[in-house]
Amino acid sequence: MELLVASAIGVMTAGGVYLVLRLRTFPVILGISLLTYAVNVFLFASGRLTVGAPPILRDDITAYADPLPQALVLTAIVISFGMTAVVVMIGLGAFLGSDDDHVDEQPEPETTEGET
Amino acid sequence: MSLFFIVALPFLGALLPGIMNSAGRAACAGVTFTVSLAAFVGLLTNLPAVLAGEVVTARVEWMPELGLNFTLMLDGLGFFFAFLILGIGLLIITYGRHYLSRDDHMGEFFTYLLLFQGAMVGIVLSDNILLLLVFWELTSLSSFLLIGYWKHLPEGRQGARMALTVTGMGGLAMIGGMLILGQIAGSYDLSVILQNREAIQADPLYVPALILILLGCFTKSAQFPFHFWLPHAMAAPTPVSAYLHSATMVKAGIFLMARMWPVLSGTPEWFVIVTTAGLITMVLGSVIALFKHDLKALLAFSTVSHLGLITMLLGTGTTFGAFAAVFHILNHATFKAALFMSAGIVDHEAKTRDIRQLGGLRTLMPVTFTIATLAALSMAGIPFLNGFLSKEMMLEETTHTVLFGVWWLVPALATFGSLMSAAYCFRFIGHTFLGPVRDDYPAKPHDPNAGMWMPPALLVVLVVVIGVAPFLVQDFVILVAKAVIGGTADLEVKYIKIWHGLVPALYMSVAAVVGGLLVVAIFKPLLKIWDAAPRPEAKVIFEAIVETAAAAARGFTHSLHNGAFTRYAMIGFVAIVAAGYHAWATGTVGAATRDLQEAGAVPIAGWAMLVASTVGLVFLHRNRFLALILIGIVGLMVSIGFVFLSAPDLAMTQFTVEVVTIILLLLALNFLPKQTPVESTALRRIRDAGVAIAGGLATFALAYHYLLRDAVSTPISEFHLANSYKGGGGTNVVNVILVDFRGFDTYGEIIVLGIAALLIYALTETLLNGPVRRRLLNRLPDQPRAGDMHPMMMVVLTRVIMPVVLMVGFYIFLRGHNEPGGGFIAGLVVSIAVVMQYMASGFSWAAARIRYPYHGIIGAGVLIAGLTGIGSWFVGKPFLTSDFTYVRIPPFNEFELATAALFDLGVFQAVVGAVMLSLESFSRLAHRPNTPESDHPMDIDPSRDEAPPVVPGLEKEGG
Repeated sequence: MELLVASAIGVMTAGGVYLVLRLRTFPVILGISLLTYAVNVFLFASGRLTVGAPPILRDDITAYADPLPQALVLTAIVISFGMTAVVVMIGLGAFLGSDDDHVDEQPEPETTEGET
Repeated sequence: MSLFFIVALPFLGALLPGIMNSAGRAACAGVTFTVSLAAFVGLLTNLPAVLAGEVVTARVEWMPELGLNFTLMLDGLGFFFAFLILGIGLLIITYGRHYLSRDDHMGEFFTYLLLFQGAMVGIVLSDNILLLLVFWELTSLSSFLLIGYWKHLPEGRQGARMALTVTGMGGLAMIGGMLILGQIAGSYDLSVILQNREAIQADPLYVPALILILLGCFTKSAQFPFHFWLPHAMAAPTPVSAYLHSATMVKAGIFLMARMWPVLSGTPEWFVIVTTAGLITMVLGSVIALFKHDLKALLAFSTVSHLGLITMLLGTGTTFGAFAAVFHILNHATFKAALFMSAGIVDHEAKTRDIRQLGGLRTLMPVTFTIATLAALSMAGIPFLNGFLSKEMMLEETTHTVLFGVWWLVPALATFGSLMSAAYCFRFIGHTFLGPVRDDYPAKPHDPNAGMWMPPALLVVLVVVIGVAPFLVQDFVILVAKAVIGGTADLEVKYIKIWHGLVPALYMSVAAVVGGLLVVAIFKPLLKIWDAAPRPEAKVIFEAIVETAAAAARGFTHSLHNGAFTRYAMIGFVAIVAAGYHAWATGTVGAATRDLQEAGAVPIAGWAMLVASTVGLVFLHRNRFLALILIGIVGLMVSIGFVFLSAPDLAMTQFTVEVVTIILLLLALNFLPKQTPVESTALRRIRDAGVAIAGGLATFALAYHYLLRDAVSTPISEFHLANSYKGGGGTNVVNVILVDFRGFDTYGEIIVLGIAALLIYALTETLLNGPVRRRLLNRLPDQPRAGDMHPMMMVVLTRVIMPVVLMVGFYIFLRGHNEPGGGFIAGLVVSIAVVMQYMASGFSWAAARIRYPYHGIIGAGVLIAGLTGIGSWFVGKPFLTSDFTYVRIPPFNEFELATAALFDLGVFQAVVGAVMLSLESFSRLAHRPNTPESDHPMDIDPSRDEAPPVVPGLEKEGG
């Protein structure tokens, strides 16, 4: 189980990093979202993995999953929505304003090769 | 009057001239004068106490932990300077009112002047060196505004910048020096520091502190090698020059040296640095002044020279030197302010200050001539004028001062400096006022009105009175000198004499005056030599240095910050991985303490889907719709993972956020290209993949390692689990943490969320009000439109389901404290219900039915949450302390009422408002207000294509 979660975090991070390094806004936004998942799961996993013991207090149960990382990640998820929305808006505004969705500053208009 | 008022009055009064500006020039100058006069009178009310030898203090604790207190003190020295600042300030205000032309914004001028005045008074009355530093910086800033007052003149702007750069850098050095001094003395209070002479001078950090503080003083008082800024500051209006350069700004450095005299002076380091700098400045300034043709430049360099003289006197470290310095400060302030104002009058009336175009003004401007001549003769050191007395004392002091082991060095240089000083004074008089009347003045000169000549005349009266009857000010000067010396030594001077007998100083004086006359007589040939001689131009050097520094900074910044986001991201990722690797390689890793848990078939299947969709996303991301579906699958798998790993709240949040995020991205994709073109080279892709794989491996390794190890110490979650029900009254610990234990954190989060939504709204507004609007209106859809904009089934379904969804949201909200749910999740669920209406029935239909603006909902949410928190104050508890009780209303079961629920209501509203405002803003980009749009379902467009290609997600563009 630990291996599965850890490798999922690794795969999502790798995918996120790769997409963030792309040249157009949309894949970069997708990359940021993917990184967000990875980070949230990573933070969540800092409470270690517990199956079948949600932190809802019951009279006859004493073992629970760690509630604190869950609370922190919950707000992180909501905030990351806000952040994604702002980034999308900025990317969209830039595209509508210049008809260009490159992430990098384009030195000359005719340059299509993104190497800088 | 309390010292606080004396300092505060100019600052408070600074508001008035701006307000009174439209009331006319007289009113504007009048309020400024009144404010200054009030402060001046307030100062005078403290005169009896000061004369009695008391030290008036006022103290308010500001930040005692930092040693920063608002403490003021008024002793002889402080009184002396405050008197000069406010007294000459009054004269300057009167003069300035007549000097400024109708085109100048008078309110602005007097506001700056009062700010500056307040800062200066603050410096001289501060008893805390940190407070003093604050005022010190304020003088730099306000003098910047004053010097650059004529914004249309490039010289004014350049001069102001140069003054700010030089004095600002000096101020920075001085902050360091003062902090060291405070550390040594163990207190930042001046009164304490002044008692610790031995401890400070014995400290190994004494020399660094001394040098840093002197840097501040020398830059402010324009001592060599920082003397160059002062003449360039002459681009300011003359009242500013007269004020800054006679009594205030440049005297601040002198004041501080005098203030610190008891603790810093008397050491060889002090003697050599201060005396040498003063001597060089005095000689250099007087030589340059002689050859300046601009009256104000001449006076500026003469100020530099006289400041050098005072600095040198303070540098000698003897009590007689300190006494002479104080006396010369007084005398210099009187004659120099009068001279500046006279130069201003000449400039004002003759429309030129170039000495080569002047001459013969004696008969045309007799009043100005008398004032200027008396003041200049005093500066030259002619007997029966006050300048003679202090200059004589200075020469006397130099005969006892031996620098570098050469007995004649200081007296000879001082005599030479006096000689040049006398020469430029004679030139000032001779070349401006004497000689034949010319017929080529730019304007016809005549004496100005009394408002302009009265202030300098008043000062010249003082010049003569002090010169003839020095005993009138003798006691006061002795009092001030004693304040400078402090308790360290006795002052042996008892009175000021005009006639000392045939002492060396007298011969030196005579030599200076005679030599000065000779120099003026042979001025023309001297000027030729001077003009032919090469000499460095300070402004060019200064600008070269600034340009070099700016170019270096630009080169450094631009090489890192070149507009390539991918490059920053790449550097960031590599740096993070490298830092992590370093920590990993140098740290130790403990043995695993937890066992691997078995994973059944279902988790493996979920994992496989997540990995497959992530990999697919990376390879297929160029097809943007497909990428959106794939990332949706990733999010879904993450939510299911949360369910499986005992985090139902997270799963619900992730799931609902997933929905709104995908809708958001679809709305954006409506405008963006649907494909990502291939641009990067294969090499680049391999490089990026390398970085990505390194990052992925790093997070995998880190996560895997800590998942197999227990926390080093007991997590605080134990506390939360134990107290959730007892203290918070809820069994859903996650929700109790959110609304109770860490409520303040949550409060911050909803505010951030609200700000993000408002930011999106603001950006949308900007886009819609800019050139983008036209482009949006003329834009043709790049995808085929659905003929059936509002499909009947969807409209009916969403409208029917709406109450049900709202009910579910309400339920989730209410049970949140004890079961999975709560404000965040309920907010998201309700948002989805509303978004569905937009999607199914169109923007116009839904927007027409929204009763409250979304901003208001966000605001109400934050307000409710905040007020709930404040409510606990009324029962004497800290912010956001919660309380709860159980009530039973038949026929319902017993249920819980908690203030936390009210807080959660705020969270709920903020989330609904923020989500809806974001999504609505995106939709508004596509909305065309002027196109008729049907409200009704089944509005089939007959002009549609025969067989529109079905693209997933397209039907969400309804509107």
